[in-house]
Amino acid sequence: MIKTVVMERKPLSLSERTYLPQIASGLKTTFSNLFKKKVTLQYPEQRPSIPRGYRGVPTLVKDPNGREKCVSCQLCEFVCPPKAIRITPGHIPEDDEERSHVEKAPEEFEIDMLRCIYCGYCEEVCPEEAIFLQENYSLSGYSREELVNDKEKLYEMGGTLPDKHFKWDKKKTDEEQGNAH
Amino acid sequence: MDAELMQMLALKVTYALVMVSVVMSIAGYTVLAERKVCAWMQGRVGPNRTVLPFISAIPFIGPFLRNLGLFQPLADGLKFLFKEEIVPGHVNKFYYYLSPIVALVPALTTMTVLPFGEFTNAEGFTTPLVLANVDLGILFIFAISSLGVYGIVLGGWSSNSKYPFLGGIRSSAQMISYELAMGLSVLPVFLWVNAPGMTGSGLSLASIVNSQEGTAWLVLVQPFSAFLFLVALFAETNRLPFDMPESETDLVGGFHTEYGSFKFGIFFVAEYAHVVIGSAIFTTLFLGGWHFLPWVADPWAPGWIGSLLGVGWFLAKTFCLIFFFIWVRWTLPRFRYDQVMKLGWAKLLPLALVNLIFYMILVTYLDQASAS
Amino acid sequence: MNLSLVDFLFYVFATISVGGGLAVILSRNPVTAAMFMILSLVGVASLFVLLEAFFLAVLQVLVYAGAVMVLFLFIIMLMDVGPESGKGTALSKKRLLSGFVAVLGVGFLTVLTLEYSGVAADSGANWQDVSEETRVEGANVVFSKSVKSFGYGLFTKYMLPLQVAGFLLLAAMVGVIVLSKKKKGESNDEDTEDSSLESSVPQPEEA
Repeated sequence: MIKTVVMERKPLSLSERTYLPQIASGLKTTFSNLFKKKVTLQYPEQRPSIPRGYRGVPTLVKDPNGREKCVSCQLCEFVCPPKAIRITPGHIPEDDEERSHVEKAPEEFEIDMLRCIYCGYCEEVCPEEAIFLQENYSLSGYSREELVNDKEKLYEMGGTLPDKHFKWDKKKTDEEQGNAH
Repeated sequence: MDAELMQMLALKVTYALVMVSVVMSIAGYTVLAERKVCAWMQGRVGPNRTVLPFISAIPFIGPFLRNLGLFQPLADGLKFLFKEEIVPGHVNKFYYYLSPIVALVPALTTMTVLPFGEFTNAEGFTTPLVLANVDLGILFIFAISSLGVYGIVLGGWSSNSKYPFLGGIRSSAQMISYELAMGLSVLPVFLWVNAPGMTGSGLSLASIVNSQEGTAWLVLVQPFSAFLFLVALFAETNRLPFDMPESETDLVGGFHTEYGSFKFGIFFVAEYAHVVIGSAIFTTLFLGGWHFLPWVADPWAPGWIGSLLGVGWFLAKTFCLIFFFIWVRWTLPRFRYDQVMKLGWAKLLPLALVNLIFYMILVTYLDQASAS
Repeated sequence: MNLSLVDFLFYVFATISVGGGLAVILSRNPVTAAMFMILSLVGVASLFVLLEAFFLAVLQVLVYAGAVMVLFLFIIMLMDVGPESGKGTALSKKRLLSGFVAVLGVGFLTVLTLEYSGVAADSGANWQDVSEETRVEGANVVFSKSVKSFGYGLFTKYMLPLQVAGFLLLAAMVGVIVLSKKKKGESNDEDTEDSSLESSVPQPEEA
């Protein structure tokens, strides 16, 4: 067993009780700080470097061929804790050459940024790797409506990310070779 | 009313307006200095965005002034002026509107007796530059500045809510406690200056300044009085180790919690005007006023140039002291309320008394020694 | 009627001080009463200025308006002194007595004023203008407006009244300490009063 010793606090000496030496040393510290290098980032002109894996504003991305990746499975809508995502699923017309082997795409895709908590569950859950929380962190608007990102805006912000899978191309070749699904 | 009187009145009013605007702009720039110095001490750069368009166009100087934030007070003032004025429904309207005025008026009235320079004309006749050269300068300042507390107390009371009320109560207690120590700490100065064989006379501030010309500053003669006075000054101006009425961490905003827009601005400026005037008073009493350095005669020749240089030197000393005020604010934590009271009554007041008695004995001894 | 500037100012400040004094006893809100009292005291100080007794004027403001009234306000705010209700107009014994004293006081003052107004006017010619500067004649300091002569007067001719006044203040101070000092073993009911501080805030009237 460890024996605990209660340390008596030493009574303050006279000079300590006047506070003055302590105040003087404090003043010295603050004065020397006056001339130190400033750490401020001049924000709009200088931007901080964004670390990898940063969770910024959620966006929708297209594949390198410029095709919509989202298939409106609504998993993200389901998993979203604050219920910020609202998807209206829609069919892809049969005659769409580019995406002829995909059945569905969102007709409308809305993320309410006033609700979004940037948790990144949507990115994590997306089976098509269509939704990403990218580097944009500054979001502002004059009205509530302005802060509801619709599909067009989401794609505009998302742009195209490199895709390793080319799933649709694979599906297309699979179907052409006769072993769809 | 004869023409001469009217002329004199017009001249006095002009002087007063000039002085009010100078002190107010110094107060405004003290706010800027506070923000800048605090930023520098915390490794930040402080306000550096505001600039007038035609000034930013000047190469080098424009960006330099912008980085210094020189136009920030202008923007701040305009912001206060154009903000929506919100009057909470639960306040006592009359006193609510009255208290910012009551806070500002004493702060600006005290400067009427504050000498800031002197003018020696061709005949060698010296007049101090002061709005009213009253024989009772320092007493007048104490009297008027003691009225400033009503602004805070009334503001706290009329807001009719808890935090402002506590702020008002604290400030009234604090003001009473430290006024005593303040008064007692300057008494030895007047004893010294008015001692037999000394040049000064009465309680006039100008004569105190002139008694320090070419000899030691009073801060060197009476360092302890100066120290006590400075501590009391911090308390009377509600600056940080003693900012009981405000103490934003425990009382939200203290007495001005319920105030917004320009009424808050007036409280704010009044506080800084107190700091400016307080620094100026300390300069006159202990730092030799407009005289050059201790034991050194003024290097400037009498006349307009000389008196302007003297005023500039006076202002430089005042600014150093204002910097000290800011410096202390961003260094020290706040005292607790009971500590403030204990320090005021149990430490500062007895020390001031001991100091006074010591100088009484010393002056009497010197008097006797010189007489015999 | 030919009013000089000083006369005019006298009437202004006299009205302020008397009117303020009346307002003190007539206003129901204690804080308003205290504010009027300050106004009245400042009015009196202005009257001192008109008499060129600057030292007295400054002391009046410094001591009464600046310190004593702050204490008054402090106490009004700390204690539960709400606005006085308008009820109880019936003639109680206390009211009768205070009315009697008031009438007596006003009558006394009126008589005194009437009696001595002539005296003042008569002797006005003999009044001397008090000098600005302190002069020393032999061992005596001649009375003047300067602070020095006040001090000299207080410590020579008026030494005894000064000491008596000081002694009275000391007695009052000791008395307060004795009265407010708690006896040992006495139940500590001060704390319960302190905790009711918030509820004891006097409610300002809606203006």
